[in-house]
Amino acid sequence: MKAYVIRRLLELIPTALIIILGSFALVRLAPGSPFSSEKEIPPEVRRQLDAKYGFDKPLPEQFVRYLGNLLVGDLGPSTKYPQRSVNEIIADGFPVSLTLAGVALVWSLLVGITAGIIGAVRQNTVWDHAAMAAALIGISIPSFVLGPLLVLLFSLRLHLLPPAGWGDLRHVILPGITLGTIYAASIARLTRGGMLEVVRSDFIRTARAKGLSERLVIWRHMLKGGLLPVVSYLGPAIASMLTGSVVVEKIFNVPGIGPYFVDAAFNRDYFLVMGIVVLYAFFLLLLNLVVDVIYGFLDPRIEYP
Amino acid sequence: MSEPEAVVSVSDLRTYFHSDDGIVKAVDGVSFSVRRGETLGIVGESGSGKSVACLSLLGLVARPPAFHPSGEVWYGGRDLLRCSERELEAIRGDRLAMIFQDPLTSLNPYLRISRQLTEVLEVHKGTSGAEARRAAIAMLERVGIPDADRRIDQYPHQFSGGMRQRVMIAMALLCQPEVLFADEPTTALDVTIQAQILELIADLQRSAGTAVVLVTHDLGVVAGSTDRVAVMYAGRIVETGPTAEVFACPRHPYTRGLLASTPRIDTPPGSHLEAIPGMPPDLGHLPAGCPFHVRCSRSIDRCRSEYPPFTRLSATHAAACWNMEEPS
Repeated sequence: MKAYVIRRLLELIPTALIIILGSFALVRLAPGSPFSSEKEIPPEVRRQLDAKYGFDKPLPEQFVRYLGNLLVGDLGPSTKYPQRSVNEIIADGFPVSLTLAGVALVWSLLVGITAGIIGAVRQNTVWDHAAMAAALIGISIPSFVLGPLLVLLFSLRLHLLPPAGWGDLRHVILPGITLGTIYAASIARLTRGGMLEVVRSDFIRTARAKGLSERLVIWRHMLKGGLLPVVSYLGPAIASMLTGSVVVEKIFNVPGIGPYFVDAAFNRDYFLVMGIVVLYAFFLLLLNLVVDVIYGFLDPRIEYP
Repeated sequence: MSEPEAVVSVSDLRTYFHSDDGIVKAVDGVSFSVRRGETLGIVGESGSGKSVACLSLLGLVARPPAFHPSGEVWYGGRDLLRCSERELEAIRGDRLAMIFQDPLTSLNPYLRISRQLTEVLEVHKGTSGAEARRAAIAMLERVGIPDADRRIDQYPHQFSGGMRQRVMIAMALLCQPEVLFADEPTTALDVTIQAQILELIADLQRSAGTAVVLVTHDLGVVAGSTDRVAVMYAGRIVETGPTAEVFACPRHPYTRGLLASTPRIDTPPGSHLEAIPGMPPDLGHLPAGCPFHVRCSRSIDRCRSEYPPFTRLSATHAAACWNMEEPS
């Protein structure tokens, strides 16, 4: 098990290198430059700027230098915000995005798993149909529709929660729900499917024959096997909650990292784009590893090679 | 036929299922009883309703697609078919236990054996922790699992098929039930293991006085390990009696056909086995009268229109047929 995790961690290195190389190439191949959107710059100033950021060097040399800096944790400067480093921008915005994604995750798990269990245990009843209809709506409704609807109801009508901004716990609820709902819907469907696989299996009949209460049968005997599909979905889902927060952060004016990401891409802010891509890639790789390990805990038949 | 000392007595049990073809009568008026310490065999082809009968008297058939079973199932002064789910839970696994055909799928693959055993004691006896664990290990040793105090912490996939059936039996016997319903307990196992498992059940039965209801399609198993036998066809019992008497002198043509189609050690080499012609009945579309008449060589006109009543042939032997085999 320990050997397996270490080996998987080592395997992350080549994957990460390929991702970094790929995104570096894509960013640099895109037409334009960090300074092309500014108004006309005199050639000598432009040369100085290029020299300052090292853009005058050949690309392979720049890549090697970038990798070197990455190794010591330096993500480079931002060309758009010269007074701040990429590290500082991420340090400011990322915890906010992480909090938002965390609330979205909790919401999606609570609602999704509950709805999924109800759907499976009361299969083909009104409860099941209601839960699955809600899930279908949840999957179909885009966050830029759901967000304003929630604001309309909870902020403008009921005056329960602030419509936008960031500060205390109350600010995180509406954006968290907006971001998490689509995942809650997917999790509900996956939970229902996974539980239905288990619900008619022989070992559930055995559990009933032992005289266990319905509650014990569900919580102890069904859930572990029934949630396997959800667990494998969670790795990519969490990563995409982190990146997917861009729209939600815009709607609710949350000072996360999402808006920086979009602006950086438009401004060809090379180091900032790279920094955020590398950060997300790192999270995605790590989450997939965590999911594989959790999978092994849930299903004892899985052996670590 | 229920006698005073019966532990469980079933009368006129009916379990019907919804299906796309209409209503399927899986169990259609079955009555039997089990006495303390005896073994009752229920035999029949696949689909004759023998498993469903056991599952429904314990409240274990899935509803839907099944309707709530009708009839009466008396145990301990109560009709189980009219008990609440909570009352049934208290009896199941404690007083009436059941083991199943496929030990490979009947244990939960995600939980340790220890968890699956001790929970029975937790629920029914209120014992838990080290005490429940000790009792579980002792029971595993009793069913012949070597190295039980180590193996109890393993998962089902680390056991062989025969060992898993031993675990199932240990699980069923933890609370010393009064009746053990064994649904084809040896069908999925190797022949050599089959004999061991049957011997084990018989052993435990002798020492604890447990009644056993052994559901099987294997007449060899019935002959070797049951006191009485009930033969089922198309959801009904067609013949019942002491195993020795029924095997020596079958009176229902179906019972005779079953016995004739079973190879025996004293059959001369090279002789052909008789087979019952036709197919097992489609429970959704049973013919009128006795459902066996379409395959029966002794059928008469009355068989096509009227279901035969149960006729007593001796104090303990009875069969349902208009035109019984002559006693040989």
